Amino acid sequence: MDPKLSFLEFSKKAYKEQNFDYPKFFKMDNLSKLAFLASDVLCNNDIIKAEDKEHMAIVLSNRSSSLDTDRKHQSTIIDTKSYYPSPALFVYTLPNITIGEISIRQKIKGENAFFVLDKFNAEILTQYAASLIKNKKSNFVLCGWVDYDKRKYNGFMYIVARNGIYKHSKEFINKIFNSN
Amino acid sequence: MDELKKQLKRNIISQLNLEDIDASDINDHDALFGDGLNLDSIDALELIVMLEKDYGIILSDPSEGNTIFKSIEVLSRYISENRTK
Repeated sequence: MDPKLSFLEFSKKAYKEQNFDYPKFFKMDNLSKLAFLASDVLCNNDIIKAEDKEHMAIVLSNRSSSLDTDRKHQSTIIDTKSYYPSPALFVYTLPNITIGEISIRQKIKGENAFFVLDKFNAEILTQYAASLIKNKKSNFVLCGWVDYDKRKYNGFMYIVARNGIYKHSKEFINKIFNSN
Repeated sequence: MDELKKQLKRNIISQLNLEDIDASDINDHDALFGDGLNLDSIDALELIVMLEKDYGIILSDPSEGNTIFKSIEVLSRYISENRTK
């Protein structure tokens, strides 16, 4: 896709090209749209069976939390003479809403966590995902970094599986993150 | 009244981010919730805010929305009778 596209243009184009039939997508904030698009590539039923999603876990992280949407919400309440907060905007003023959107779309019902970190931290994600699998909470863990702020964005996701193809280590995760 | 209906359709499409829906696609008698435009509970709250912001109508009881938001026809009539701006 054209790298000059704005996120709005990019996300709309990606939605159309993937032939999604999910009108709620257009009501999401940008962070949730980014997480939705990235997760849909990995979690479609051709890759992860519906029954395996039942206990699939989601562990995401970012730096900017929901700050981009928080600012938009703030702009609707800063003027006491024009105080009209938007409920549709307000519901996205938490970063873990992205996990909710993915869970609804993919019918994932397992454990979840969202970490707000200074920078991508493969160690935290690796340890958390490994713990979920070791403690038999999940056989699959969707992990990643989804960050959106001031029109800049970065989405990176991968799935950790009990019987995965590659060895799960922070070194390997860092390697694929840095080649992103 | 017709102009108000057109304005309402445009505002609903814009404020509720209804993609690929044109004002001409919405029939005045179409149900806004359920099988019609398939709006949800957050959309209902957004419509309540729209009533106050654009027409100066404050719904003291949100459950009134069940009746008021039945269709564009019903909503436009309610706004015409109760608007303060």
